[in-house]
Amino acid sequence: MGELRLMKGNEVIAEAAIRAGVDGYFGYPITPQSEVMETLMIRKPWEETGMVVLQAESEVASINMVYGGAACGKKVMTSSSSPGYSLMQEGLSYIAGAELPCVVVNVVRGGPGLGTIQPSQADYFQVTKGGGHGDYHVIALAPNSVQEMNDFVTLAFDLAFKYRTPVVILSDGAIGQMMEKVYLSDFVPRRTEEEIRKECGDWCTLGSKQHNYITSLELDSAIMEQRNLHLQKKYEDMQKEARYEEYMTEDAEYLFVAFGSASRICKKSIELAREKGIKVGLFRPITLYPFPSKQLYQLGTKMKGILSVEMNAGQMIEDVKLAVECKVPVEWAGRNGGIIPSPDEIVVALESKLIGGK
Amino acid sequence: MADIDIKDIIKEENIVYKKSSILLDKVMHYCPGCSHGVTHKLIAEVIEEMGIQDQTIGVSPVGCSVFAYNYLNVDFQEAAHGRAPAVATAIKRLLPDKYVFTYQGDGDLASIGAAEILHACNRGEHIVCIFVNNAIYGMTGGQMAPTTLVGMKTATTPYGRDVDRNGYPMKITELIAQLPGTCYVTRQSVETAAAVRKTKKAIRKAFENQRDKKGTSFIEVVSTCNSGWKVDPVKANKWMEDHMFKFYPLGDLKDSTRDNPADYEQYIKD
Repeated sequence: MGELRLMKGNEVIAEAAIRAGVDGYFGYPITPQSEVMETLMIRKPWEETGMVVLQAESEVASINMVYGGAACGKKVMTSSSSPGYSLMQEGLSYIAGAELPCVVVNVVRGGPGLGTIQPSQADYFQVTKGGGHGDYHVIALAPNSVQEMNDFVTLAFDLAFKYRTPVVILSDGAIGQMMEKVYLSDFVPRRTEEEIRKECGDWCTLGSKQHNYITSLELDSAIMEQRNLHLQKKYEDMQKEARYEEYMTEDAEYLFVAFGSASRICKKSIELAREKGIKVGLFRPITLYPFPSKQLYQLGTKMKGILSVEMNAGQMIEDVKLAVECKVPVEWAGRNGGIIPSPDEIVVALESKLIGGK
Repeated sequence: MADIDIKDIIKEENIVYKKSSILLDKVMHYCPGCSHGVTHKLIAEVIEEMGIQDQTIGVSPVGCSVFAYNYLNVDFQEAAHGRAPAVATAIKRLLPDKYVFTYQGDGDLASIGAAEILHACNRGEHIVCIFVNNAIYGMTGGQMAPTTLVGMKTATTPYGRDVDRNGYPMKITELIAQLPGTCYVTRQSVETAAAVRKTKKAIRKAFENQRDKKGTSFIEVVSTCNSGWKVDPVKANKWMEDHMFKFYPLGDLKDSTRDNPADYEQYIKD
């Protein structure tokens, strides 16, 4: 285990990026994640590892800078929050279409529109269902602690290069802003150009006589269909990356399904509910895409009822219902607009919607 | 007279001109009379002559030249519409010893990508931007571009561009010349042998500026789109000379190095 520190989630993203041997970060300020780029600028990694840190003119530019760097086989990333993440959808679609690896951190705030700067999970649909145009998905990792903000940076790059895909760390304003103890990862050196050529083979555009080129364009529909089928096969292969955590599910009769900040509230709700004699456990999807459907089916179909607890109007609940094939009652509980639900109100929702109700 | 075999004629010592090895043997999709083919050729020749094929990364736009990567034998990235300068910025920052250039049309560079080109030039990225301005959206079927002249008929200005309805034609090259990050800003054309030679010199200079880390080099090539303008290639050249050159006069707008950062430090000195 690495160095122990007390840090903000956003600061940890920056520190973890430097330690993971990231080649470039391109960003644009937006609350509540501006500390990512601020921390990088204070740390000056260009002096330490040679990492490039650049403040772009917009999120549109920063995701396209990520495209350019990723197409060189470099480890590149950006971070933003919901309105900025919306602006990146065009770029993400191109990155997915051109099959490039990159990491995007979305520290979600409440919407729609300019919305609020308070924490939210209302970008679930946008992140897990593709987001931009065309048939594609990104891998979505949902940290629920400052420690996971550290751990998922390395994991995200590993998955990004394994599948040549964008990986999104779907955090929220609470995880980004809170301070917790964290064991930082050890330093990994940045790869040399030779190492990149060896790892990436003939797709990276580092300058060559082989005419490597990166594009998402194909006007021949027959070939374009094959490309789409290839992408779909890749998404099928990705399903084995599904990650989840179970908490107090051994004897559970009811189940909370929650990710990120909401999953932490649920742990307290479980304590309160069990004091009342309600046997409830937690299933926490760690990957939101691929969604751990099989695992949730196995556990969830044994329950009397499932409560999808979300800091949005009920988005993940659709995947929960699909996972358990509606074989058990599934209800939603949560708050909107940047409000974090209290442990009590989740217990009340459990009682009224699933136990006392129907 | 003895029979002369074609092989006797095609000998190295007899060659006065040949296609650049950087141009791939592919049939170009450009319309006959289009300026893109010549401009591609000039870039290819400069890359070949400087011996930088394996150190060059091009970025192609969205528009007629979207397939530039099919014709130039260097590593290439195809960017989203207007974003080539952002893409090129990252490539150059991550690979500072490589040569990076964007190739963009007027819709791509001056309309949807206005922010990206202005900011890349303002940062003084050490890249080369080739801007092909034919005052029209060619690929989508001849709609109005930001550079379309007032009165010019296009698919979306069927009665001619009208300032009240459509705004003014944009001289983005003049804007870019004002930016402290640019070192070389020039406007050229490729409709005559003399013009072709001048444009090639400009492209060579731009790549040399990049090698010498002087700042952003920006070359506008005032071009024709005879298909979009709905005239034959000869008339298109004449129309360009008679009308386009008046509004977009040829020549260097700037030839120096990007501004000295020290000149900007005085404003917050105590």
